[in-house]
Amino acid sequence: MNDPRTVLDIKGLTVRLPKDSDRENAIEDISFCVNAGEIVCVVGESGSGKSVTAQTVMGLNPPDQLTPTAGSILLNGDEILNIPQPMLRKLRGERMAMIFQEPMTALNPVIRVGDQIAEMLEIHTDMSVSERNARVIEVMEDVNLPDAPSMAKSYPHQLSGGQRQRIMIAIALALEPDLLIADEPTTALDVTTQAQILDLIKDIQRRHGTAVLFITHDFGVVAQIADKVVVMRNGQMVEQGTMDHMLHHSIEPYTRMLISSVPPLIPPKRALMTKGKPILSTQSLVKTYGAKGWFGKGRVVHAAKRVELEVRRGETLGVVGESGSGKSTVARCIVRLINPNGGEILIDGKDIAGLSQKALRPVRKDVQIVFQDPYRSLNPRRSVGKSIVEGPMNFGVSKTAAFKRARDLMEVVGLSPNALDRYPHQFSGGQRQRICIARALAMEPDVLIADEAVSALDVSVQAQVLELLDQVRKDFDLAMLFITHDLRVAAQICDRIMVMKLGEVVEQGPTASVYANPQHEYTRILLDAAPGRDVDFTAGVSAVR
Amino acid sequence: MLVYLIKRILAVIPVMLIVAVIVFLMLRLTPGDPAAIIAGDAATSADIDLIREKLGLERSLIEQFVLWIGNMLGGDFGESFYYKRSVTSMISDRIWPTLALATFTIVIACVVAVPLGTLAAYKQGSWLDRTVMGMSVLGFSVPVFVIGYVLIYVFAVKLDWFPVQGYQPIADGFGGFIYRLILPSSALSVIFIALIARMTRTSVLEVLNEDYIRTARAKGLSETKVMTRHALRNAAVPIVTVIGIAIAVLISGVVVTESVFVIPGLGTLTIDAIQGRDYPTVQGLIMLFSFVYVLINLVIDVIYSLLDPRIRY
Repeated sequence: MNDPRTVLDIKGLTVRLPKDSDRENAIEDISFCVNAGEIVCVVGESGSGKSVTAQTVMGLNPPDQLTPTAGSILLNGDEILNIPQPMLRKLRGERMAMIFQEPMTALNPVIRVGDQIAEMLEIHTDMSVSERNARVIEVMEDVNLPDAPSMAKSYPHQLSGGQRQRIMIAIALALEPDLLIADEPTTALDVTTQAQILDLIKDIQRRHGTAVLFITHDFGVVAQIADKVVVMRNGQMVEQGTMDHMLHHSIEPYTRMLISSVPPLIPPKRALMTKGKPILSTQSLVKTYGAKGWFGKGRVVHAAKRVELEVRRGETLGVVGESGSGKSTVARCIVRLINPNGGEILIDGKDIAGLSQKALRPVRKDVQIVFQDPYRSLNPRRSVGKSIVEGPMNFGVSKTAAFKRARDLMEVVGLSPNALDRYPHQFSGGQRQRICIARALAMEPDVLIADEAVSALDVSVQAQVLELLDQVRKDFDLAMLFITHDLRVAAQICDRIMVMKLGEVVEQGPTASVYANPQHEYTRILLDAAPGRDVDFTAGVSAVR
Repeated sequence: MLVYLIKRILAVIPVMLIVAVIVFLMLRLTPGDPAAIIAGDAATSADIDLIREKLGLERSLIEQFVLWIGNMLGGDFGESFYYKRSVTSMISDRIWPTLALATFTIVIACVVAVPLGTLAAYKQGSWLDRTVMGMSVLGFSVPVFVIGYVLIYVFAVKLDWFPVQGYQPIADGFGGFIYRLILPSSALSVIFIALIARMTRTSVLEVLNEDYIRTARAKGLSETKVMTRHALRNAAVPIVTVIGIAIAVLISGVVVTESVFVIPGLGTLTIDAIQGRDYPTVQGLIMLFSFVYVLINLVIDVIYSLLDPRIRY
């Protein structure tokens, strides 16, 4: 099915960064091409220059910060690098189009989605209004949006993430471009939605013969859709080749590392803990959100419906589910960051669900939480040492003792104790997450909750932080509640798994048996949706763990 | 939308009631006989008796309040003993110059400030941006009467382009009406241009970093269309808020400008009424100004929900 016609041909492309950056060029000497009807995946971790490459093709880089200094970009054989803006604008939309990572913010919130699609036709064609409207409905149906005529009149906030991304794709496809650039288009979506969007992109590429340049950090996604793969690292191209070559024959260590960092969907063998009293348990935990209107009752959301769970010391319980499943609500109720509406939360046999803020304070240290975004969960104006000792000192530990513990913990999480004086911005994302873990451990908790704690990290870093979490769980004999949307990650670290959907626990059991023999339909759907599930990423190399 | 509108309009009633109670008590709680206060220093005892009867002062406080409110709803704000005229007729005589001045000022301010602020944001860091922001600091710092006298000195006294002062009703010719409004409105608009331009710049700058602006560029839109269709409308809510505040502040600013340019509007009436301790007129003016403030807020809220479909209270 490979059409030999080359749509995009990038040769020796170099883009310079502003003067005071950590390196001279954002990307250096990048060359690859995308043929019609072909999906080329550019893979790399953050800072690899993959997005800069895509934006340079579209001419969307801020002109005073990123300047192309060498190379050429040919679109259908014509040079498009450094051509005048009006010419480039004409090509954007007509010949090449782009979709972005965040469907939540990529659409204009105050314009109806149908009009946002129609705008593309308005500026690039001389179609009449009725022709435009007809075409809008046509493309919306082409991306499988239900009830297109009425949905065209909706505003973005009335649609789900998946629907918004379909609208973005509809905008991009409105003029049948030769090249579609997709910059992490499924990263912000739920697994099941991700699977549908990937299918859609593949389907469009097949039906329209579109050349697709697909940017991603996830080798699971690559395995699902790529024809060709380009691996990038720190602005340089590591290698390129067919998907088959990358998965099975590549000898580049970086490529191998990326591939092997994809956690396998098969849980490793773990001894099940059955003895011992649960240190954390909930009984009929209920949380509803409801808006009380002026006139009558508003919409009520059941974020947690009679959730029951148990975690013993030294055990990890995984809570998996998609957005809106209530998994984070459960976590936040247990830490009492939000107040449950009913049920019991037992910490070492003591019910804390209804405790007053004052009575709760002594219990606070027993349950600690690590959040998703390490960039925002540390106070930027406070040295990490101060952030770590603040908790223990609030509980009466002396300053010297608290700092001694902080130094020990820095070593535990694999950082230098001398770094305590530094500020969060001096650390990378993975290091910050280690600091967050040290901060949580400084309170000597019985229960550690990791709320999507590795989701914002690059794959290579993700594996290390997972390992660290597992290690501290063992060493400190913690009960760990591991909240995640990622079934691959959950498989690696959890002893038992609890699957949630719309506030309800649909299935619960030992990880190995849930994965091998899912009882609930929804669990099966989730497992099937995991990208690249048929590909064995461990072939030829040893797995992460 | 209709339900929302009705709800918002209904919410005006309690606010205005509270204002009415305060205005009503203002006079009753002042030490001394309200009738004597209203009548003023030069009144005879017959005058005072007349007023006492008219206000129903022998009746209970509640009854007096109901009577007063009822009169106001019927358009009767009472009698000014200082001017020997009904307050209603005085206000309706004076409202047009003020309304004309305020409207013209706010139109000038918006027409100048919104494009300036948008341009400054678009060309962030350029000489244009720095000039606009520098001028706006200046606009903030100079009081309106100073600007007024400077404009009179330059454009009326020295250049003789505009009349020094005065007002011409619209009925006597539209050209002359606008001609005489230009200087006072310009003087008054300076601070609002500064305010609105700053707000526009900040708000547009914030929006320009949004993902949907990148989407708009990726669609191949020209920069003008990116700015007008996608940036400005999303930036509009804070800008409209500031314009609303500007209109409210404007009403108090009008008082000063009217005296500088000798315009027979509500501003001059307010000053005269306060100086003459003309309680009924002051009461009527407070009620009117409060109503205008509440009305502006209502209009702004409605504009919010028109601008941004996500806003529904």
